[in-house]
Amino acid sequence: MSAGNLLFAVCAIACLVGALVTVAAQNPIRGAMGLLTTIFGIAGLFLKLRAEFLTAIQLIVYAGAVVVLFVFVLMLLGPDARAPARSGRSGASRALGGVLFAGASLLALFSLGGQLEQSHGLGAVAPGHGSVESVGKLMFSQGLFAFELVTALLIVAVIGAIAVARGRQGAVRKKQVLRSPRDLFSGPPRTRPVAGGPLEEGAE
Amino acid sequence: MSSLSDTLEHYVLLSALIFTIGGVGFLVRRNVLVQLMSIELMLNSVNLLLVAFNRVHGENMAGHMFAFFIIAVAAAEVAVGLAIVLSYYRLKATVYTDEADLLRH
Repeated sequence: MSAGNLLFAVCAIACLVGALVTVAAQNPIRGAMGLLTTIFGIAGLFLKLRAEFLTAIQLIVYAGAVVVLFVFVLMLLGPDARAPARSGRSGASRALGGVLFAGASLLALFSLGGQLEQSHGLGAVAPGHGSVESVGKLMFSQGLFAFELVTALLIVAVIGAIAVARGRQGAVRKKQVLRSPRDLFSGPPRTRPVAGGPLEEGAE
Repeated sequence: MSSLSDTLEHYVLLSALIFTIGGVGFLVRRNVLVQLMSIELMLNSVNLLLVAFNRVHGENMAGHMFAFFIIAVAAAEVAVGLAIVLSYYRLKATVYTDEADLLRH
């Protein structure tokens, strides 16, 4: 087995193991680590496919931003993100959906099995394939409009994320302060009615 | 298929397996965060497929450009999705989709 095949094998196994850990882990932090393993494996495969620019982007955006964002949210939510809230309805329909999806996609895959037997080699690589220069030249000529749209999308997404995540906390607190001076000492407003809480006092 | 070498078919097979694992995870798990991670798995598998086909048909870099745009859209989707999860957690103190039934009552 040559060094290139060894790199492919290691990265492919890392991808599969990471994906399985992501889906199967009970603790979402472990799932985030599995996602990180998959992302590193795919970055290695990008390197094997001579996509140096996308390898860098994959590591910066996914491993550097997306997984960190997931871990931040998991830490913010604390143990409530892990423990099952209550053992509600049965998981039979979910399991059926999963089995049907897996069966359909694997069936579609192995119906192509005849073509899978004959192997297409990857062939010689063109000079400059996957470099920043060649991708950038295409992106700023044919893909310029899409590139500008993506910049607008990112701005809108960041502003929307801030607006959604902040909520109306400030407005609610100001209203409570104005209602009664005692609310100054009662802390942040409760979102869930608790027994004996301030929401039940009003009903009595 | 005898040895584990990097032909195009192996990349297609690997991408399909990762996509299947991500899809099953999205359908089976109840935790919204794990479901978002499964979506990331599916997007990553599609990126791998685009780059692998671009490696075989290497006349221009359109596959790489597509993968770049997919990565950008996925980053935006994760930012908005996690913001919605945080907002929902503040409302209902849970991140499980079985309890997301505000519109039903």
